[in-house]
Amino acid sequence: MTYTEPVYLDHAATTPVLPEVLAAMTEQLGRVGNASSLHASGRSARRAAEQARERLAEALGARPSEVLFTGGGTESDNLAVKGLFWARRQADPRRRRIVVSPAEHHAVLDSVEWLATHEGAEVTWLRVEPSGRVTPEALADALGDGSDVAVASVMWANNEIGTVSDIAALAATAHDVGVPLHTDAVQAVGQVLVDFGATGVDALTMTGHKLGGPMGAGVLLLRREAECTPLLHGGGQERDVRSGTLDVAAIVGLGVATVAAVHGRVERAAELARLRDRLVAGVVERVPDARLNGAPLDDVVRSGPGRLPGNAHLSFPGAEGDALLMLLDARGIECSTGSACSAGVARPSHVLTAVGADPDRARSSLRFSLGHTSTDADVDALLEVVAPVVERARRAGMGRR
Amino acid sequence: MRVLAAMSGGVDSAVAAALAVDAGHDVTGVHLALSPDRQTLRSGARGCCSVEDAHDARRVADELGIPFYVWDLADRFREDVVDDFVAEYAAGRTPNPCLRCNEKIKFTAVLDRARALGFDAVVTGHHARLADGELRRSVDAAKDQSYVLGVLTPEQLAAAMFPLGGMTKERVREIAAERGFAVATKADSHDICFIPDGDTRGFLARKLGSRPGPLVDAATGATVGEHDGTYGFTVGQRRGLGVSVGDQQPRYVLGIEPVSRTVTIGTADLAGVDEVATAAATWTGRAPGLPLRAQVQLRAHGRPVGCEVVAGDDGGLVLHLDEVQRGVAAGQSAVLYEPDAERGDRVLGQAAIRLSRKRQEAVGH
Repeated sequence: MTYTEPVYLDHAATTPVLPEVLAAMTEQLGRVGNASSLHASGRSARRAAEQARERLAEALGARPSEVLFTGGGTESDNLAVKGLFWARRQADPRRRRIVVSPAEHHAVLDSVEWLATHEGAEVTWLRVEPSGRVTPEALADALGDGSDVAVASVMWANNEIGTVSDIAALAATAHDVGVPLHTDAVQAVGQVLVDFGATGVDALTMTGHKLGGPMGAGVLLLRREAECTPLLHGGGQERDVRSGTLDVAAIVGLGVATVAAVHGRVERAAELARLRDRLVAGVVERVPDARLNGAPLDDVVRSGPGRLPGNAHLSFPGAEGDALLMLLDARGIECSTGSACSAGVARPSHVLTAVGADPDRARSSLRFSLGHTSTDADVDALLEVVAPVVERARRAGMGRR
Repeated sequence: MRVLAAMSGGVDSAVAAALAVDAGHDVTGVHLALSPDRQTLRSGARGCCSVEDAHDARRVADELGIPFYVWDLADRFREDVVDDFVAEYAAGRTPNPCLRCNEKIKFTAVLDRARALGFDAVVTGHHARLADGELRRSVDAAKDQSYVLGVLTPEQLAAAMFPLGGMTKERVREIAAERGFAVATKADSHDICFIPDGDTRGFLARKLGSRPGPLVDAATGATVGEHDGTYGFTVGQRRGLGVSVGDQQPRYVLGIEPVSRTVTIGTADLAGVDEVATAAATWTGRAPGLPLRAQVQLRAHGRPVGCEVVAGDDGGLVLHLDEVQRGVAAGQSAVLYEPDAERGDRVLGQAAIRLSRKRQEAVGH
């Protein structure tokens, strides 16, 4: 079997770098200069990084001073959750509770669990709707009077099933009882409207490589008044909250990618939703018992999409996600089953488990995620093979008795 | 052919996968995750189930440019191999978990799944020759693994590929080194993979708890000691009996009786057997006519001995051994071979040992 190019339906994992990002980064990589140096080369590097900061801030409704460059989404999540927890507990030792959704990314979940194990944090798990959404009512119930809560964290849009929560409403709920809210918006930026200032959240995680930027470059948007204890100590480059020589070329690329993703969002989101709706309808037509996980395709939250326009997450009863992925991979179609452990063993998705799916349904799921290079031909390629692939995977059973 | 390569992360399965690619097959690599609580790093030379081993396998697959996946078979492995291992010891027998794993996991669970997914064969790094459906010993006698494959049926063998049987282990390492595989110098794994510290008795004690019983001397019928569990003993065992009998002659475990938990020990002259009764046999090819002259190997790495194979009363076999053997333990497999110096001794089949005895005694009953 020979395939020239794989059909890439895994944009939520990472998406191709935009040509303008590649050009801007290549140019910057050719220049010498540490942004902390005082001479001309340093000033030039500083200028490039600060321009990127300003443009990115504008695109996301933040002030430049609220942009902290990090090594990516995982670092931003760790910094927000641990840093806010430490600072808030330092200010008042009664604040030991963390309120968090069980459907968060592992960068948040594992940070929370680490704090519980090593720092005496107490965790309150938020109630999650079957769609995957966290409601303001659920958050209010979990916060109580908020006096013992250090930090709350709810993702803007879920990385597996694509469900969008009303972050502005959740931020208001948290602020009613004086609790800061962090949101992981890694999947949301560029797909739905993300306005940091208007939303009122205290900290927001985003990353470049989901938008056509480079890997290893991310941002934590952190409100000016938010106290956050650093994870990394050193030069104090980023507001004394994050240290490390700025990766100027990556920051330039991240800035270009973010601006492009935000400016092209409305048009691209409409196209992704059209392709995604075709994909889901086509799969269900060919595999009638396939079931969509997460919010309905036309769901609405605060006048925007209630589900990421590029996300299709489907269960195929009786077939194992593992087997489906392998059979599709062999036919040149690339998608995802969700999470795998460090050894590569597929695990039932904690997100699906959190929204109440049974383990078999969780194991029989695939995520197809569309992005800026997706076309009708990609959808056609999947639809051409999906029925026989599912049938074959079903014959292989669930891998257990 | 579409071939699934079972890749443990060791050098043998890496080279086997590479040879399958060279032979022009469409190869997909699979690492079997057999333990639910995987250690991050490998400890010593035991096991193949750490995350590091999965990484080693993935590295080779990536170099070969073949797809690679990890299959989670921990539940099946626990039920079919680990639980069976513990139950066999609890019943006073001495199981061979590697043989059970080949039978139930690699050439049943994995093979069934591979076939259902459209693969034609499973290739492994076992040291045994397989051609025209005939399973034979490896050319490397010291590394030969035909014993633990003796349980495979013609259907299983028809979908198996063992490309390493015609070469020595040394040659396997050379090939790995020529290809730049980092696993070329990786230590051989040995012992039981799910007992990473190598302490089988300790493992069984944790699973089965203390189940004390008497140690009885066969010659006098006297109880000469106590033990914590019959699972600490294997027929033929000499060391670690924890008793000293008056005459100072070495004692061997002669028998294990699970209900009364009696371990019978005796001197060397009582430890030998020349007749073995087995459960029903499995055959690697068409079932041969009985009686039959063959060689039999009675445990892993055991020396083969000539025998006459006759039908037992209850569907099993009775083996009349040419020479008296010690350490013939119930639960082990008696693997039958047809000697062939030219092409390698051919595996005919196997049967689980149920009991063994001295023929004169049998006549006396």
